[in-house]
Amino acid sequence: MSKPRSSIQGEMLQGTLDMLVLQTLVLGPAHGHTIAHAIEQRSEDVLQIEHGSLYPALHRLEDRGWIASFWGTSENNRKAKYYRLTPAGRKQLLAQTTRWEQLVRAIGRVLKPASE
Amino acid sequence: MGFARYFRRARWDRERSEEMESYVQIETDENIARGMPPEQAGAAARRKFGNSTLIREEIYRMNTIVFLDTLARDVRYALRALRHNPVFTAAALLTIAIGIGANTAVFSVVNSVLLRPLPYPKAGQLVALRQLAPGAAGLASFVDGLHLSPSMYFTYAEHNRTFQSLGVWVTGAANVTGLAEPEQVRVVWVSDGVLQALGVAPALGRTLNAQDQIPRGSVPFDFAGRPGTVMLSYGYWQRRFGGDRSVIGRNIAVDSRSLEIVGVMPRGFQVVNAESDLIAPLAFVRGNIILAGFGFNGVGRLKPGVTIAQANADLARLLPVWMNSWSNGPGTNGHIYETWKITPALRALKQDVVGNISDMLWVVMGTIGLVMLIACANVTNLLLVRAETRQQELAVRAALGAGWRRIVRELLVESLMLGLVGGALGMVLADGGLQLLRVIGPANLPRLNETSLDARALAFTLVLSLLSSLVFGLIPALKYAGPRISMALGSSGRTASISRERHRTRNLLVVAQVALALVLLVSAGLMIRTFQALRTVDPGFTAPEHLETLRIAIPDSLIAEPRRVLRTQRDVLDKLAAIPGTSAVGFASEMPMEGFDPNWDNIFAEGKNYDPGQIPPLRFFKYVSPGFFHAAGTRLVLGRELTWAEVEGLRPVVLISENLARELWGSASAALGKRIRQYPNMPWHEVIGIVQDVPETGVHEPAPEIVYWPSMMNNFFGPTPLNALRVVTFVIRSDRTGTEGFLNQIRQAVWSVNASLPAASMRTMQEVYDRSLARTSFTLVMLAIAGAMALILGIVGIYGVISYAVSQRRREIGIRLALGAQPAVLRTMFVRHGLKLACVGVLAGLAAAAGLMQLMKSLLFGISPLDPLTYLSVPVVLVAAAVLASYLPARRAAAVDPVEALKAE
Repeated sequence: MSKPRSSIQGEMLQGTLDMLVLQTLVLGPAHGHTIAHAIEQRSEDVLQIEHGSLYPALHRLEDRGWIASFWGTSENNRKAKYYRLTPAGRKQLLAQTTRWEQLVRAIGRVLKPASE
Repeated sequence: MGFARYFRRARWDRERSEEMESYVQIETDENIARGMPPEQAGAAARRKFGNSTLIREEIYRMNTIVFLDTLARDVRYALRALRHNPVFTAAALLTIAIGIGANTAVFSVVNSVLLRPLPYPKAGQLVALRQLAPGAAGLASFVDGLHLSPSMYFTYAEHNRTFQSLGVWVTGAANVTGLAEPEQVRVVWVSDGVLQALGVAPALGRTLNAQDQIPRGSVPFDFAGRPGTVMLSYGYWQRRFGGDRSVIGRNIAVDSRSLEIVGVMPRGFQVVNAESDLIAPLAFVRGNIILAGFGFNGVGRLKPGVTIAQANADLARLLPVWMNSWSNGPGTNGHIYETWKITPALRALKQDVVGNISDMLWVVMGTIGLVMLIACANVTNLLLVRAETRQQELAVRAALGAGWRRIVRELLVESLMLGLVGGALGMVLADGGLQLLRVIGPANLPRLNETSLDARALAFTLVLSLLSSLVFGLIPALKYAGPRISMALGSSGRTASISRERHRTRNLLVVAQVALALVLLVSAGLMIRTFQALRTVDPGFTAPEHLETLRIAIPDSLIAEPRRVLRTQRDVLDKLAAIPGTSAVGFASEMPMEGFDPNWDNIFAEGKNYDPGQIPPLRFFKYVSPGFFHAAGTRLVLGRELTWAEVEGLRPVVLISENLARELWGSASAALGKRIRQYPNMPWHEVIGIVQDVPETGVHEPAPEIVYWPSMMNNFFGPTPLNALRVVTFVIRSDRTGTEGFLNQIRQAVWSVNASLPAASMRTMQEVYDRSLARTSFTLVMLAIAGAMALILGIVGIYGVISYAVSQRRREIGIRLALGAQPAVLRTMFVRHGLKLACVGVLAGLAAAAGLMQLMKSLLFGISPLDPLTYLSVPVVLVAAAVLASYLPARRAAAVDPVEALKAE
């Protein structure tokens, strides 16, 4: 049994993982392993991806038509399932990012009240 | 989308596993690249990935419709549970199958007779042209009201504004010769407009049209048009021509006239309710018809959107036109018919065909429905017992975390399985039942040949199965899956048996069963009493099983001269009388209950004053031969029969029925020697005999006032001076009736007189009589079956409850016996329990029956719906059965060995 490696992860907001996965795929198709690595690296290892969540998330995103999958070969010649962003996924990402930024700004305003 | 995913989930799962496996491979590769030993690298990768099964399960569940998944499991579990309990399952299935089977069978009949539209295109537009004439005295004896006359037909057909087409038709018989043996066939004669209104395309050739209905000569009604054409029914085409498609254009000899076959109607086609072999044109000579002649059935197709009320008003508007346009001859006033108060009373054609059979069918459907309720009560009881024995199992499962909804659902699924499997078995039973019904069903049940299990009957069975599953499944499910399960664990052993509350549901069910059974038995009892009452009515003939009847028609194309017709008939009588075993012979226009359209008109009594503006009451006319009453066993109240000298000598003599004698002259003896006539220039006919009242139209109908004319009379009215009866029913009294040898001798006797004469519809009077009672006896059989089923199920119910109570109280009984209780006292205790249930049920049932039986009123004859004998005897039977049903298990209670019973724990 794996247990959470990061306290942040447990508190991650619902749907945030979806957004991160979609954002990762903007750069191009990737397989599950790469996606997880990319998120970990770009967050400077603050966000540890629990695979118990990643694969269900991928499944959910594919089911909603936001990403599409195909079988390909990995960098070291292993068979791997690749995901790419669909146009619907791109739109969804934009919407989610916008909402996220509004949320962050709003929280920021609450935490640092105007000095006047 | 959910379902597609649901069924694809296995493949998806495989893909996911592969994908996750590839992840582990990649991670392992990386670990090795980082310098880990290979075996550690794989383990570390797996550790990092986590529990793949858990992930797969989560994805699997995302794709699952949980309800469906557990339902499938419940079904499998229920079927297994039922299989493991074969006795219970068999008992329950049998009960359900019988109940559903009976209901489906009766529903199919109701469906095809009452619910399904008639087999004509847009059948809703078709109407029967019925008319009421409350002012025409005597007409009440003729069930159908006033039929149409040809002049009415012309008026209606030419001036109406509400019909697409309409026409008139009559049924009858004709002789077909030249094919094989001479044969009498059933014919429907149709005027122009009938086939057009019905709108059914022929299977072959063409239908009759106006060209075929051009009359040949000046006879007012011509039963064959000038072109001499005829159509065949599908059945006759198959039977006589083997379905040969080249019959079109061929000729057949009908009543010694050669007619050209122009078409064949499709299978199952009937003109309204008349099954026939031939369909022939009816041609009226417009210039020679009069106002009267009300002997034709009318049928029409309304214009789209026209209501029956509008059409009634339209025809009512035409009645004065009719009276103005035609006449009954010089010196008569057509407006005399205003006193009849004729009003058109159109009926939907289906209502006309189905007739009063619907009362009977709904009563049967209702009683069979009650049987279903009783069956459900029984199965509920079985399920309750079963749930009781499974109580511990259920309690354990509840304790392990099964929600009560889950358990209710599981129990319901089990009942559902019972209901569906029982329903499927019921369909098989229903199919068999329907075949049986077609055999025993009354021949006069309309549309019986259309009866079949169709999609609607299937839907009915399915709904019934589901509903009854709910009915018998819900009670035990809710009772035993309820939140109070925990206490069952504690109380399962020693204390379980005493709780009164736990028997309450079962007791209530038994009371309901007894009450329903009582209702059914009362209805069956009332039918038996009705049947008895009908049997006591004097039908106007004696020993019908020794009375053979046959019908012989002599068309004028075969023998034109009336005296020769009578001569031929008398020769036939002589030959018949010479057959060994024959004791008496005679003939008449028809026998009672044969169901031919009666002839009727008004008569005038000598010395009475008649208002010229009034038409005297209509009387039932029959025409008889000498010796007829003696042969038929009809009693002469006074006077004597006709003699051959009187008939052949055209003597003006007549016989009348006793009720007519009493109406005209006060008594039978006063009537003897008095004189009557039919129309003004007819000689007065002397009454030489008074005949007992005969219920001509069936023993359940009142006997009409009848005039018995000689079979040949002078005719001062029509084109020919002499009129002989040409279609007659011969009656032969013999103790050899029904034997093949006797029937052959009859045929030989007829043919030895004239080889072209078919001897048609040979049957004993007993068959005619039984047919007329068919509706009552059919209802009786159906209700008796329902009543017997209800009685058996009710007894089984009581037996079950008492024997269950006994088995539950074994310990208590054991203790009582050990303490010195008398076995007899214990027996009485249990019998009293059963008796109490039965009595409560009987009381409830009596109240219900008294109310419900009012619905059966139209089926009863000679008794009240509250017939005391029935209401006394049925409860006695039921209570006696209940005592017996509780005595058997009670005896077992008394036989309990106290030592055994106490050790058993």
